[in-house]
Amino acid sequence: MPSPYDDAVGGLLALTLIAYALLGGADYGGGVWDLFATGPRKREQRALIASAIGPVWEVNHVWLILAVVILFTGFPPGFAALSVGLHVPLTLLALGIVFRGAAFTFRTYDTQRTAVQRRWGQLFSIASMVSPVLLGMTVGTLASGSIAVVLVEGVPSVAGTWWTLFNLLVGLLALGLFAFLAAAYLAAEAESVPLRRDFSRRARSALGVSSLLALATLLCARTAAPRVWSQLTDGGLARLLLGAAVLCSLTAAFALGSRKPRLARALAVLDVSLILLGWVASQRPYLFAGSLTLTQAHAEEQTQKLLLGALAAGSVVLVPSLVLFFRVFKFSGRSVDTHG
Amino acid sequence: MGLSLAFHIVFAAAGIALPVLMVLSDLAYRRTRDADYLLLSQKLAKGAAILFAVGAVSGTVLSFELGLLWPRFMGTYGQVIGLPFSFEAFAFFTEAIFLGIYLYGRERVSPGLHLFSGIAVAVSGAASAFFVVLVNAFMNDPAGFKMTGGRVTEMDPLRAMFSPGWSYETLHTLLSCYQATAFVMVGIHAVLALRYPAHLFHCKALRIALPLACLSALVQPLVGDRSAHHVAEHQPLKLAAMEAHFHTGRGAPLRVGGFPDEATASTPWAFEVPFGLSVLAFADPHAEVKGLTDFPRDEWPPVARTHLAFDVMVGAGTVMAALALLTALMAWRRRRLSEGLPDWLLKAWVAASPLGLVAMEAGWLVTEYGRQPWVVRGFLRTRDAVTPVPGLSLPFFAFFFVYLFLGAMVTVLLWRQIRATVPGRGEHAVAL
Repeated sequence: MPSPYDDAVGGLLALTLIAYALLGGADYGGGVWDLFATGPRKREQRALIASAIGPVWEVNHVWLILAVVILFTGFPPGFAALSVGLHVPLTLLALGIVFRGAAFTFRTYDTQRTAVQRRWGQLFSIASMVSPVLLGMTVGTLASGSIAVVLVEGVPSVAGTWWTLFNLLVGLLALGLFAFLAAAYLAAEAESVPLRRDFSRRARSALGVSSLLALATLLCARTAAPRVWSQLTDGGLARLLLGAAVLCSLTAAFALGSRKPRLARALAVLDVSLILLGWVASQRPYLFAGSLTLTQAHAEEQTQKLLLGALAAGSVVLVPSLVLFFRVFKFSGRSVDTHG
Repeated sequence: MGLSLAFHIVFAAAGIALPVLMVLSDLAYRRTRDADYLLLSQKLAKGAAILFAVGAVSGTVLSFELGLLWPRFMGTYGQVIGLPFSFEAFAFFTEAIFLGIYLYGRERVSPGLHLFSGIAVAVSGAASAFFVVLVNAFMNDPAGFKMTGGRVTEMDPLRAMFSPGWSYETLHTLLSCYQATAFVMVGIHAVLALRYPAHLFHCKALRIALPLACLSALVQPLVGDRSAHHVAEHQPLKLAAMEAHFHTGRGAPLRVGGFPDEATASTPWAFEVPFGLSVLAFADPHAEVKGLTDFPRDEWPPVARTHLAFDVMVGAGTVMAALALLTALMAWRRRRLSEGLPDWLLKAWVAASPLGLVAMEAGWLVTEYGRQPWVVRGFLRTRDAVTPVPGLSLPFFAFFFVYLFLGAMVTVLLWRQIRATVPGRGEHAVAL
C-alpha cells in the first residue's frame, strides 16, 4: 500500500495535471477552434480566442512544468522510466509545445498582414491539435500498462509500446475534451449573442464527439486496459465518478442548448475534472498500471516531506497571485485588447 | 542538451534583465513624465514578452530533456536536487502571472499595482535563475548525500540545494545576465544615437542601460575572482584545466592564450605571467597550485577547450570592465552620462556590445567543459547518464533547426520593435 506521503505527493501530482488540463488544455482547444473558425463571424471568433488565450496561456502552461518537477522530485525512477519508454511521443510533445507557444507569440507580434497571420495561425492550430493527442497517449500508456517497467537496483528498464489503439483513443479523447472546454469557456466569455451561439454550438458538437470517443475507449479498455475496466465493472469509486461525469455531460449539453453559458462553463469544468479523477482513482496505487507502483518509484521520505513543504511554501505566493490574475483577466467582464 | 541550454541561456538572460530595464524606464517616466520613457518601457515590455514566451517553451523542452537525455541522472539524483527545481517552478509561475498583468493590464489595474507587477516580474525572473543555477552548483560540487552500492543514502536535500559553491555561482551568473543584456541594449541605442543625433529617445535609452552595464561590468571581475578562489580550493582539477596548468608547482605562472596539448602536457604559444596563477588563486606568489598530471588521466576535462573558453570569458570581461571604468570616469568628470559621451566612446560601446553575450556563453562552456567527464562531479559520468534510447541524432538535428528558427524569428521581431523607434517610423510603432 502507498504510504501517506506517496498519496500526498501523488495526489498533488494528479491535482496539478487536472489544473493543467482545465486551464492549459483549454488553450490547446482554443487552437483547435482557431483552425475551425468558419461562417460570417470567422474574424470575430479568432479575435475572441486570441484575447482569451493571450494573457493567460503562459501561466496555464506552468502547471505542466510543475507536474514534471513533482514527478522527477517525488518519483525519480518513474520519471526516468517515462522518459525512456515514451521517448518518441514526449520528444514530439516538446516540439508541439514549442511550436504552439512560439507561433502564437509570433502571430501576436509579427506584422498584421493577412498572409503572415494565416501562416502563424495554421502552425499554432496544428501544434495545438497534435500536442493534446500526444499528452493523452502518455496518460493512456500509464493507465493501460502497455509499457511495463522493472526496477533493477533503482534503475528502470522498460518493455512494451506506447503505440496502441487504446492509447490513441485516449489521445483523441483528450483532444475532444480540450476542444469542449475551450468552446464552453469561449461561449461564457463572448460579449455578443451570435458569437456566444457559435461557441455554444461548437461546445455541444465537441461534447458529442468526446462522448463517442469515451465510449470507444471504454469498450477498448476491456482487453487493452484491464485495470481500468475492472475498476469500472467491479464498482467502487471509479464507477461512481464516471456515472457523475455522464450526468454532468448531459446537464452541460442542456445548459448549452438553453443559453446558460456560465452554468455550462462550470459544468464543463466539473465534467472534465470528474473524468480525470476517475482516471486517477483507477491508477492508484500504480504509476505505470500493473508494473510500477508509487511506492516502488518514490523518493525517500525526507525528500517527499521537503517537497510537500516547498509546494506549501510556494502556494502561499502562488494562490493569492493566481486569484489576482484571474480576477483581472477572467472575471472583470471585459475582454482584453491583445494589441494594446 | 547542451544545444538547448546554450540557446536557452541567451533568451533566459535577456528575459531576466529586460524586466529590470523596463521597470527602471517605467520609474524614469513616473519621475519625469517624459513620454519617451513610457514608450521605452513599453518596447522593453514587448521584448520581454517575446523572450519570455520563447524562454518558457524552451524551458519546458529542457525539463523534458532532463529525462529524455539523462534518465539515469534524474532517476538517481532527482530526489536529491529536485527541491530547487520545484521552487523554480513557482518563481516561473509568479513571473508569468505578473508579466501578464504588466503587459495586458495597464488599463485594468491601478498604477501602483502595475508598477508592483513589473517589479515582481524582475524579482521572480532573478529568483528562477537563482534556483536553476543552484542545480548547476550542485553538479559542480555535489553535497548533501552519500552513495553506497549505487544507491543514494544519508541524503540532505537542503545541503544539496546549497552546495558549497552556491553563492559564488549564482551571483556570477545573475550579474552576467544583466551585463550581457545591458551591453547589447547600449550597443543598439549607441548605433541609433550615432546615426540620429537629434533624436533624444536613444540618449534616454542609453541613460537607462548605461549605468546597469557599467555597474555590472565593474562588479563582475570581483565576483569572478571570488568564484575562481572557490574553484581553486574545491575543484583544483577544473582550475588546472582552465589555466592549462599541467604540472604541480609553487609560484605557478598565469598562462594567457596558447594551445594546450594534452599529449605532451604543455601549452605552446602561451603568454606567461610569472607567479600570476599562485597570486590569483591563493593570493600568495609561492602558493602551490596542483597541476593536471596529479590527477588520473581519465578524469581530465578537455583542457584546450576549457582553457580557451576561460580566456575568452576573462578577456571579454576585462575589455568590458575597462570600457565601463573609462565611461564612469568621463561621466564623473562631466557630471553627465550619455548626452556628453563623445562619438568615439559610443563607437567603442557599439564594438563591445556583443562581448557580454560572448563572455556569458564562454563562461558557461568553462563550467560545463571543466566538469567533464562528469555530470555530477565525482559521482556520475556523462556517458553513464545518457539515455539508452538509440538514434539520438535525429531529435538533435530536429531541435537544432527549431532553435535556429526560433532564434531567427525572435531577432526579426525584436529588430522590428527597435526599428519602430527610429525617426520617421514613430507612428508605425504605435500601431504595433
